Amino acid sequence: MITDVGLIAVLLSFAASVYSIAAAVHGARNKREDWVTSARNAALVIAPLLTLAALLIIYSNLTNNYRLEYTAHVSSRSTPTVLKITALWGGQNGSLLFWSWLMSVFVAGVMLRKWDKNRDLMPYVIAVAEITQGFFIALVVLFANPFAKLWQAPTGEIVGAVFGASGLFATLNSIGMSGIAATLFAPAGSLPFTPADGQGLAPLLRHPGMIAHPPFLYLGFVGFTIPFAFAMAALITGKTNDAWIRTTRRWTLMAWLFLGIGLLLGARWAYDVLGWGGYWGWDAVENAALMPWISGTAFLHSVMIQEKRGMFKTWNMFLIILTFAQVILGTFITRTGIISSVHSFARSSIGVPFLAFTAIMLVGSVGLLLARLDDLKGENKLDSLLSREAAFMAQNMLFIIINLAVAIGTYFPIFSELLTNNKITVGAPYYQSVVGPLLVPLVLLMGIAPLISWRAASAQALGKNALTIPGPVTLAALVLLFVTGTRNPFALLGLGLVIYAGVIIVIEYVRGVRARHKAIGESWLLALWNLVGRNRRRYGGYLVHVSIVLMGVGIVGTHFYQQETQQALAVGQSLKIGDYQATFRQLELVPSGQADKQIVSARVDVQHGGQTWTMRPYQEIYGNGERMTPPALWGNMQQDFYLLLGGYESDGSLATFKVFINPLVNWLWLGGIMFIVGTLVAAWPDMREERQAVRAGRRAPSTVQA
Amino acid sequence: MQKASGKRQAAGRMGKWAMALVAGVLVGLLIVGAAAAQGGKVTDDQVNAVAKQLNCPVCENVPLDVCETQACAQWRDLIRQKLATGDKPEQIIAYFRATYGDRVLQSPPREGFTGLIWSLPFVGLIAGLAILVVVLRRMAAQPKAEAEVEVEAKTDAVADEYRKRLERELKELDK
Repeated sequence: MITDVGLIAVLLSFAASVYSIAAAVHGARNKREDWVTSARNAALVIAPLLTLAALLIIYSNLTNNYRLEYTAHVSSRSTPTVLKITALWGGQNGSLLFWSWLMSVFVAGVMLRKWDKNRDLMPYVIAVAEITQGFFIALVVLFANPFAKLWQAPTGEIVGAVFGASGLFATLNSIGMSGIAATLFAPAGSLPFTPADGQGLAPLLRHPGMIAHPPFLYLGFVGFTIPFAFAMAALITGKTNDAWIRTTRRWTLMAWLFLGIGLLLGARWAYDVLGWGGYWGWDAVENAALMPWISGTAFLHSVMIQEKRGMFKTWNMFLIILTFAQVILGTFITRTGIISSVHSFARSSIGVPFLAFTAIMLVGSVGLLLARLDDLKGENKLDSLLSREAAFMAQNMLFIIINLAVAIGTYFPIFSELLTNNKITVGAPYYQSVVGPLLVPLVLLMGIAPLISWRAASAQALGKNALTIPGPVTLAALVLLFVTGTRNPFALLGLGLVIYAGVIIVIEYVRGVRARHKAIGESWLLALWNLVGRNRRRYGGYLVHVSIVLMGVGIVGTHFYQQETQQALAVGQSLKIGDYQATFRQLELVPSGQADKQIVSARVDVQHGGQTWTMRPYQEIYGNGERMTPPALWGNMQQDFYLLLGGYESDGSLATFKVFINPLVNWLWLGGIMFIVGTLVAAWPDMREERQAVRAGRRAPSTVQA
Repeated sequence: MQKASGKRQAAGRMGKWAMALVAGVLVGLLIVGAAAAQGGKVTDDQVNAVAKQLNCPVCENVPLDVCETQACAQWRDLIRQKLATGDKPEQIIAYFRATYGDRVLQSPPREGFTGLIWSLPFVGLIAGLAILVVVLRRMAAQPKAEAEVEVEAKTDAVADEYRKRLERELKELDK
C-alpha cells in the first residue's frame, strides 16, 4: 500500500534525527566542521521526509482508503474534501505527525539561516532541537502511528496495527510493553480488514474554525522549542552572553504570535460554535495552551533587560525552560486528556512516554542551568528600585503568579483525585476570582512602565508624566461612564485601568510624532510612519499594549454586563431582554447537503431601537445523535445579540430560545487583530537594526571561553 | 424614671416594628412558598441560575446550564421540580453535592484539602512579593561589576542614534 511509503519516510526521519544528534555532538566536541555540516544536512532532510508522510495521510483520506485505521477514524465518504485534508490533524495520531512535521519545518528554517553569528552554538542547537524532534517521531512510530492498518483479530475485534498479525504481539505484551505491542502488531491470526466507510470527524471538529485553530497552536508550541534549543546550547557551550536571545528574538516573537492567534481562534471558535454565549471556558485544554503564552509573555519582556543591561540572565533561562516545559505539557494534556481523569491518562498509551520526556528535559535543563549559575551572574547592579528594570521584574512576578494560579486550577484535580480520591472540577469562578484581581496591578504596570526610565527614574518626572494628562483624562472618562450608567465599582476599576494605560500609549505616540514633526519638519503622517518604522520594537510593542487595552474593554464588558435569558415561545410569541424584543415566527427544516446531518432553523424577528431584522438560529443534528447549536449573531461595537435555538417541539409550534447580550464583546476581537498587527510590527526585520546587532556582537566581550 | 419609661416605650415601639417586619417577611415567604407549591411557573432563567453553579455529569468542565446532553436536560428538570416544591438554590446545590460528590460543583469547596486551591495562589503571591523585594534589594546593594564599563559602551553602541536624538528633543520640548 502506498501509505507504507509514508511509514518508511517516518522511520527514515527518525534515523536522521538520531544521527544528527550524534553527529552534531561529535562534531562540536572534536571541532570537526564536517560532522556539524553533516548533522545539519540530516536535520534538513527530515522536513521533506515528514512532508511526504503528511501528504500521504491526506492522500489516504482523499482516496477513501479505509484500510488505514487513521483514515477510517477521522474521515468518511460524506466528509467534504477540505475536511478530508484538515483531518490530518483531526485525531491524535495524525496531529502528532503534524506536530513533528511543523517542527521539522521550523528546524529547517533555523538550519538554512546564516550561521556566522553563532557558529559555536549551532551544533548544540541541532542536538537539542533534534532530541525534541526525535521524541515526537518516536511517539508517532511506536505509540500513535497514523500508518497503522486495520485487522480483524481471531476474537472478531477490529484492531489497528502497523505490521499486522505477529506472535510478537503476545511477546511484547508479556513484557509489559502493551502500548507498543498494540501499535505495531495485531494478535496472531488476525486478518486484514477494510470497513465500507469511515466514522468521520466529530461534529464539533467539522467547523471551519477547527481548520485554523490547531495549526496555529501547534506552530506556537513548536516555535518555542527554537529559543529553548538556543538557550540550552548557550548553557552547554558556556556562551551565556545575550547572543542566543538576539538570535532567537524573532523566532520567539513569531512563536508567541502564533500561540496567541491560536488562542484567539479557539476563543472565536468557542463563541461561534459552542453556543454558551462566551469565548473562554477556562477548560483544562484551553489553560494548557494559555500557560506557555503567559510565561512566554514574561520572557519577551525580561529578555529586554538582559539585552539592555546584561541582568537577569538566570531568570531568562528559567523562563524559557518553564515555557518549553509548559509547551510539552500542553501538547501532552491536549492529547491525553489526563486532566479530565487520571484514568484516561492510564488508558492513553502516550501518557507515560510524554511524562518521561518532560521529566528528562526538565531535569536536564535545570541541571545545566544550575551548573552554569556562576556564568549567569548579572553584569550590572540595579541602580534604583524605581527603574524600568525593577518594573519589569514586578511585571514578571505578576505573570508568574498568574501562571501559577492557572496551573493550580488546572492540575489540582489530578492531585485531589490521586491523594484524597476526591474528584473535583475547577470551573470558571475560581479563575475569575483569582486571576481577575491579579490583572489590576498588571494593567497598571503596563500603563506606567513605559514612562519609567532605565537605570533610575526620578519620582517627580514619573509623577508628572503619569498624572498630568493621563490622570484627568481617565477621571473624565470614568465620570462619563458613571453618568451614563456604569455603576459597578469593579467594572469602573477595570475600565479606568485600561483607559489609563491606553491614554499613556497615545501620549507616547503623540510626543514622538510631534518631536519628529517639529525637529525634522516631516508631515504628521510621515512622522508617524518613520517613528514606528525606525523603532519597531518599541512602537510595535505599544500597539500590542493597545490590543490588550481593547481586549480589556471587551472582557470587562462581557464579564460584568452580560445579560441572558431562556424562554420557550409559541409561534408569534415574543421575549424581551434589555431593549431587544425577539418574536418567534417559524421553524423550518433546511437541506444540509450531507446525508448524516439535519438542520432545523428558526426564523426570529428582532426589534431594537426602531429597527427590525430577521435572525435564523439553527441546530445541526447528526446521525449519531449529536447536536450543535451555533448562535445567530447581530452586533456592533456596543454589543452582540447572541441568539440560540435551544430546543423545539417536532411540530414546530414551540421553540426554546436562549439569548445573550454581550456588551463590548467586539472590542475583544478588534483587540485580537491589533495584537497581530502590533506583533508583526515589532518583529518586522529592520536592516539597520541587524547591522547594529552585528556591530554590537563583534564588540561584545565574550564572557566565557568554551 | 420618666427617661427610663421613655426608653421602654421606645423599645416597645421598636419591638412592634420588628414584629411587624418579621410577620411581613413570613407572610411574604408563605405567599412565595404557596405559589411555588402550586407549581407556580419556574422560569428557565431560575433553573439556569442554579444550573450555572453545577457541572454536566458527563462532559468535563461544562457548566450544567449550557450543556446539550440528555443527562443535563434531566438534571435541569430535577432542578426545576425542586424549585417548584420550594427548595432554595443552596439546598438544591447541597443535594447534588451530597448525591454526586464535589465534582458537580463549578466552584470547588473552600474547606478541607480542596480549600488549598483557593489559598495557594495567595500564598504564591505573598511569596512572590517577598522574593521580589529581597532580590531587588540585594541586586541594588551589589557592588558595581567590572564588566559594567564595557557593557555601558555596548549599550551605547546599540542604542539607536535616532532614539537618542528623539529623547534629547523630547527633553527640550518638555522644558
